[in-house]
This record gives sequence, structure tokens and C-alpha cells, in this order.
Amino acid sequence: MTQHSDPPPDAAVAEYALRLGDDALVLAQRLCQWITRAPDLEEDVALGNIALDLLGQARTLLSYAGTHDGRTEDDLAYRRTDREFRNCLIVELDNGDFATTIARQLLFSVYQVDLYAALCESTDPTIASLAAKAVKEVAYHADHATQWTLRLGDGTPESHRRMREGLEAVWPYADELFETDETVRTLVDRGVAADPAELLSGWQTTVVATIEQATLDVPVSDWHPSGGRVGRHSEGFGYLLAEMQSLARQHPEAQW
Amino acid sequence: MTTPGGDSPLWEVFVRGRRGLAHQHVGSVHASDATMALRNARDLYTRRGEGVSIWVVPASSITASSPEEKDPFFEPAGDKAYRHPTFYSVPDGVRNL
Repeated sequence: MTQHSDPPPDAAVAEYALRLGDDALVLAQRLCQWITRAPDLEEDVALGNIALDLLGQARTLLSYAGTHDGRTEDDLAYRRTDREFRNCLIVELDNGDFATTIARQLLFSVYQVDLYAALCESTDPTIASLAAKAVKEVAYHADHATQWTLRLGDGTPESHRRMREGLEAVWPYADELFETDETVRTLVDRGVAADPAELLSGWQTTVVATIEQATLDVPVSDWHPSGGRVGRHSEGFGYLLAEMQSLARQHPEAQW
Repeated sequence: MTTPGGDSPLWEVFVRGRRGLAHQHVGSVHASDATMALRNARDLYTRRGEGVSIWVVPASSITASSPEEKDPFFEPAGDKAYRHPTFYSVPDGVRNL
């Protein structure tokens, strides 16, 4: 378990760490579902590496969030119900085909790059040090997704079709990443959190450039699904949690 | 893994462990092009901090000696002890020789 000597976060910072940690944890779990199912062995390892990077981020963030009220990272990962999770919806979506997973990786990793770059300047020392380590990891995740987006989009007619459909499927869920609520506003004022509004334009520029270079069209959607940050999740999320938590629920306090 | 290897060509991977050493062959990867081969090699062969530099080379670009040529190629060197650097002592402090 990750140990922290920093003072425990207050309620708002703990909530923020929980959101970022749940995003990383749930996406790590989704990506692990690709192992043995990726297009080739090399890609199994690539997606597994990315999942492990995210899991490492999740451990630090959940451990830190837990010190607010005396819970451990395991309490938070394995002993919460779906309504208690604070991840955004895009990370919990079913993997779909490889192109759909790559589309999600592109939208989410590019967001994480700018997010963690901004959080390197956070006034919260634990979040700032996590961000300094994570920003290099997510830069690679974004590069991986970009390389694949270019090759699938500008590949064969079949890969182009799949990449287009993948992007269209995940695109509406990106809005939720840039939502602001009272918790975020307070933390932005205190210099703890990154301002989602400031992240949006950079994200759009990067993502649109990649999509266009991949000879794809930027999807248009007036549907804005939301609710993950307050615990309203999609149906498939229940199955993801059931699998992720099955060992801890069947064998409470199990140790390696 | 639906299509083992797929249509992707094979690339040989060379990793340099640290500055001052030569790149060593560590294995191979499948990839559609050189850029992806470099990334696959990074993911497969440098996960535990093994490298500071990677080369990938199309396996088809490597010309290898064949087993039939073994005798004319390598046998004549077998009895020429004077080619070995064993007739002087290596100074202390010389590593990686």
C-alpha cells in the first residue's frame, strides 16, 4: 500500500482525488479486459502497460483520498457500490472493437496530458507530485492512441469505417471531462485543481488536428451524457465492478 | 490475439543499456511500420528500465551467415591463439572490455 506522510486532504480535495483516481482505476480495469484479445501480442503488452500506469496513478490518488476519512485504497476500490464511484462515464464505456478503444484512449489521454501538466503546479503537494510523475506516462498513452488513430483512420476502408464509428460512439462522452461544479470551482480558486474550461481549447486543438490528419471527420453531437461525478453510471459499469471486486468480496481481507 | 503476427512484418530490436555501450540485440516485434515497431519495442523490451536507446531494423534487411558456411567462415579462426588479446594485462579500471 502507498504510504503518505503528507497531511490528510480536506473534504473537497479528497473528493477531487477520488474523481481522478476513479477515472484512472476504471479505465485500467477496462484496458485489462483487452489482454489476450488485442490484435497482436505486442498490443496486449502495450495496453497492459498503459493499464498499469493508470493503476499506479489510481493507487496514489485513492490512498490519498482515503486518508481524509480513514479508508484504505482497498476500501475505496473494492468496498464501494457503483453509486459511490466518481469516475466520468467515458472511462467505463464498453471497450467495443479495437478502434473504439483507441478512440476513447485518444480523447481521454489527450485530456489527461493537459490535466496533469496543469496539476504539476497544484498547491496540493501530493497531487502536484503525482502529476509530475504521471504526465510522462500519459504523454506516452496519448502518443500510442495518436499513432493508432492515424493508421486506422488513414488505413484501409474497413479500418477507416471502424475508426469513424468508434469516434462517433465515444465523442459525446468527452463533454463530461470538462464540466465544472462547486467542488471544482472552489479548488480552482485555491489553486488545487486544474480549471476544466482552460483545458478545453487545448484539448480540442490537439484532438481535432489528429482526427483530421487521420482523414476522419470530427463528430458532431448535441447529446451530452453526464452524471458519473455524482454516481450515476451506465448499466455496464455494474458488471465491470462485479468482476473487479469479486475476489475482495468473496474473500474479505484476502492477502497475497 | 486473433491473427498471430497478422500481416505485419517482423522487426529486430536492439537496445542500448546505457551511454557508452553498444546496442545489443534483444529480440523481435511485429509492427506495421518503423514508428509502430519502435513503440512496440519500447513496450516489450524496456519495461524495467533496460534502455536509453532503441533501434529497430526490418528483419528482411538482415543478411545472415548460413549454417552451411560455418566451416569456411569460423573454423579457420579456431587455432590462431595469437589473435586473442591474452599477451598483455588489462589495466585496472577498464570495464566493459
